[in-house]
Amino acid sequence: MRISTLFYTLKQGFKNILRNKTFSLASIATIGVCIFLFSLFYAVVANFQHMVSMAQSNIAVVVRFDPDISDSQIQEIGDLIRARVEVSKVTFISEEEAWETFKEDYLGEYADGFEGDNPLEGESNYEVFLNDVSMQKSLVTYLESIDGVRDVVRSEMVANTLSSVNSLIGYVSLGIIFILLAVSIFLISNTVSIGVTVRKEEIGIMKLIGATDFVVRAPFVIEGILIGVIGSLIPVGISYLLYNNVIEYTLSEFSTLSNLLQFLSVQDIFAFLVPINVSLGVGIGFLGSFFTVRKHLKV
Amino acid sequence: MIILEDVCKAYSTGAPALNGISLHVQKGDFVFIVGDSGSGKSTLIKLLLRELIPTSGNIVVNGTDVGKLKRRRIPKFRRNIGVVFQDFRLLKDRNVYENVAFAQRVIQVPTREIRKNVPAILSTVGLAGKYKAKPRQLSGGEQQRVALARALINNPPILLADEPTGNLDPKNSWEIMKLLEEINRRGTTVLVVTHNREIVNAMKKRVITMKKGVIVSDEERGGYIDEN
Repeated sequence: MRISTLFYTLKQGFKNILRNKTFSLASIATIGVCIFLFSLFYAVVANFQHMVSMAQSNIAVVVRFDPDISDSQIQEIGDLIRARVEVSKVTFISEEEAWETFKEDYLGEYADGFEGDNPLEGESNYEVFLNDVSMQKSLVTYLESIDGVRDVVRSEMVANTLSSVNSLIGYVSLGIIFILLAVSIFLISNTVSIGVTVRKEEIGIMKLIGATDFVVRAPFVIEGILIGVIGSLIPVGISYLLYNNVIEYTLSEFSTLSNLLQFLSVQDIFAFLVPINVSLGVGIGFLGSFFTVRKHLKV
Repeated sequence: MIILEDVCKAYSTGAPALNGISLHVQKGDFVFIVGDSGSGKSTLIKLLLRELIPTSGNIVVNGTDVGKLKRRRIPKFRRNIGVVFQDFRLLKDRNVYENVAFAQRVIQVPTREIRKNVPAILSTVGLAGKYKAKPRQLSGGEQQRVALARALINNPPILLADEPTGNLDPKNSWEIMKLLEEINRRGTTVLVVTHNREIVNAMKKRVITMKKGVIVSDEERGGYIDEN
């Protein structure tokens, strides 16, 4: 293709948008609304998943040892645990540390009565944090099989609940994203279809003059892509502003829940959303115009 | 230049639009095709442009067997045929210059060539001063001249005109016909489908008369045969 033809095609793509203002605005609005809904949904799901994984990362199983175990055996058990893929972090809690924590958490000033005495003697343990709580069961089975391990303390209910919630969010997200995409493609192909039908005559003239499918289609595709890009950037801007304000509002109104409400930063969310939204806009614009024009090319 | 041998065309409804048409048009001919509505004139033009494929028979245009033409070869084939319609079929949102230049852009003529060619062809059709006007700002006759300029800018060896004067008053009709005659004089083969009895009778060219999908008469220096 000649450079001049390329520039002409690009120029026609831009001009088409201005020539068909109503259609262009309708298409931008349709893509914009769909991508805005997608952004909103993604922000909610991503934050929810983030909160669940934060909660998951705080769940630990506690490994306690047989009474007559030596320090070197405890060290060996620690090495075995660290080697497991399910494990993200292992912390050794000595009996002194366990007692100090217990005093702080539960006894406070009443701990004075235990001066010089450690009721948790022989209760040193490993706190084992997992990469994924759904792996807890297999890890616990392994830990219980290690020589020198007296018992493994865990909360199966919390682990199972968090694991189920996480899977549920995954499935629901997939379902809703699929529905949103299907609705978007339907709405956009309808809008593009109306726009192209209006210019069916123009396409027919081009074909009778001897224009190739590529020459006829290129300005429409460029127009579709431009509409897609504009239609995706507008909701990115709106959701960016909205996201910051909603987080600030939520944190100020529900400050008591600040430990639980750990939001993703705006950078984390939009580092994913911007490329995905623009790709969606470009993809929808390209496919919508490419296939809709195709119907009218058989002249 | 144009050869049709026993060409039939039936639409999906089953009604035959053309029924065993055979026709030879030599290079440089000027031919009128006349006939009532439904006689098959427009179907003939569509077959020559490869908008339609014949049900049977052979069509050869400028050395190309149209029936066997692959879809991807159609654009190149059409670039050798200039075409003018009754309703002008101009791109309404582009000015005169752009409408004519478009025919060159689709065959990727360099912009600097287009800048030379478009004014030249516009002055041939008498519209040099109106290159900036949009089609809606022009009279019917002027719009048809633009369509003619667009059809001719690539110097096609064949020009098909489907009712070129159908929407024009007598004065403009004559001007368009004079232009067509001039174009023919320069070597272009011209086929004109028309209902315009006065023009056909006055110009004394070859006249092919069609009726119900068949050729009922083909006369050199003929006239319009009255159906009644």
